[in-house]
Amino acid sequence: MASKVIHALYTDDDVLMHAVKKVRAEHHHIDEVYTPFPVHGLDKALGLEDTRIAITSFMYGCLGLIVAIVMMNYIMIDDWPQDIGGKPSFTYLENMPAFVPIMFELTVFFAAHLMVITFYLRSRMWPFKKAENPDVRTTDDHFLMEIGVHNNEKELTALLWDTGAVEINVTEKES
Amino acid sequence: MYTFSNRLKIGSFIAMAVGLICLATGFLSAPSTVEEAKAMVASAHDDGHGGGHGEEASSHAAEDHSGKDAHGEASTHGEEHDASHDEHLLHQLQNRPWSALYVAAFFFFMISLGVLAFYAIQRAAQAGWSPLLFRVMEGITAYLVPGGIIVFVILLLSVLHMNHMFVWMDADVVAHDKLLQGKAGYLNPTFFLIRAAIFLGGWIFYREYSRKLSLAQDESDDNSNFKLNFRISAAFLVFYLITESMMSWDWIMSVDPHWFSTLFGWYVFASMFVSGITVIAMVTIYLKSRGYLEDVNNSHIHDLAKFMFGISIFWTYLWFSQFMLIWYANIPEEVTYFITRIEDYKLPFFGMLAMNFIFPLLVLMNSDYKRVNWFVIMAGIVVLFGHYMDVFNMIMPATVGDQWYIGLPEIGGILFFGGLFVYWVFNTLTKQPLQPKRNPFIEESRQFHY
Repeated sequence: MASKVIHALYTDDDVLMHAVKKVRAEHHHIDEVYTPFPVHGLDKALGLEDTRIAITSFMYGCLGLIVAIVMMNYIMIDDWPQDIGGKPSFTYLENMPAFVPIMFELTVFFAAHLMVITFYLRSRMWPFKKAENPDVRTTDDHFLMEIGVHNNEKELTALLWDTGAVEINVTEKES
Repeated sequence: MYTFSNRLKIGSFIAMAVGLICLATGFLSAPSTVEEAKAMVASAHDDGHGGGHGEEASSHAAEDHSGKDAHGEASTHGEEHDASHDEHLLHQLQNRPWSALYVAAFFFFMISLGVLAFYAIQRAAQAGWSPLLFRVMEGITAYLVPGGIIVFVILLLSVLHMNHMFVWMDADVVAHDKLLQGKAGYLNPTFFLIRAAIFLGGWIFYREYSRKLSLAQDESDDNSNFKLNFRISAAFLVFYLITESMMSWDWIMSVDPHWFSTLFGWYVFASMFVSGITVIAMVTIYLKSRGYLEDVNNSHIHDLAKFMFGISIFWTYLWFSQFMLIWYANIPEEVTYFITRIEDYKLPFFGMLAMNFIFPLLVLMNSDYKRVNWFVIMAGIVVLFGHYMDVFNMIMPATVGDQWYIGLPEIGGILFFGGLFVYWVFNTLTKQPLQPKRNPFIEESRQFHY
């Protein structure tokens, strides 16, 4: 279903920040903001919820740690017992210091890679996906604020011009 | 201007007085003859199982030097005690109050030295977030003067053979030891004291000069003091990294004169750095809770806690790097260091790992918890105790061997130097306004948020 949205373009991140605060103060819902670079504090100004990616990262790290422990136990202790550092104890615990670097590396590896993959999936980005960017200029030097229109086009347009927008377009959006 | 609260002042005096009494008791109850030492160990053997490792033993800590270990000593050796062994035992028991004094003196000195390094880094990096905390840091580094002098006096008394903490200072020992003869060009009492004087002189000079420039910057009408402070801080960091490393060889590693580790300097540095940052955070939170430092917000605390977390991990990294190589290679000369610690110091050795690594890792991992003051204070207390244990584990195995115990002299040392530290630091904080006026980055620091 197509919905009507309004696109307001800005050329400065400070102006954009003030515009976001003002639009939100007037109780309009901002659907999305497209920026050429991360704008510090924009998430707070938009009232977005805190990211939970850190929690997933912690869980992935724990998973990596477990994988490393199980893997080294299988390779070095169970499957082919190794005499490590001239200490033929053949127990996991007594050989543990030798496995710490692997435990550390796999913790970091799992946390980092799975976190990135989670981030892509959560942001609905995958290979060959068509970009959702409504205006290519937002990858260069423009900032774009997208607001859904609910029979208040005139009022919104006036407000947005007032906040310092350099261009305002009303378009139909496929969703 | 900060006024020293009476309760804190009286508290610090009481801690000093109680600590002094405990230390004196420790010194007075140390044996002076071989017979006394043997009798002490034997009596510890008799009631060994009652005292030993329990907390209740603190009341008779003075005469009971770790019952369990003494028990092992007496039963395994039995009648085979030869004279040299007995004398060794006497030296260990005599060393105990000295080592307790030295560990505590060094620990509190190391906190202010760690803060000095942190402060110099903030200056050299021209950091924008931290200028609001500069007066707090300068207050803590003020302890360098009394703390450094006390450590120097203890080292001087060691050179004068008042104790046996540094065996290489004993000419008789060196005469029978080829390795120590080989090191004598560097490791000899005169050069040792000269080096200590140079280290302390350099650190104290930088501290006083930087503080002077920092105060002058508040009254001046240009940024020349600030720029000069930046330059001397960068130069100081070079001096500090070299001297800190050498200091750790001299003052700590040389208690085990046969053993060496090439990353020991970094390892001690990590310990002092994290302790120092922890104390900055704790003093800042304390001052804030009393209504001072209005402009310090929870982002500053968050950043300090982030450093506490990061440097705790860094400390573990260095500790483990040192441990793993020696454990893996298993060369007798090297591995004896860890074998003594794991056999005779199991609880402090592994307890320190839990306090310095696992605890801060779990408690300070969450970003939100780093903004919660009582969380940072709680983590800080554990980290400080953990790093006291770290210094304890560095010194004690070489000086007192298996005759260690956390008893009157150890607790007394912590109380005395803790009291002196608190008194000196907070007394310095009353001398100047807590917020720098004309630091060019002060506005950035006020606006700091993350």
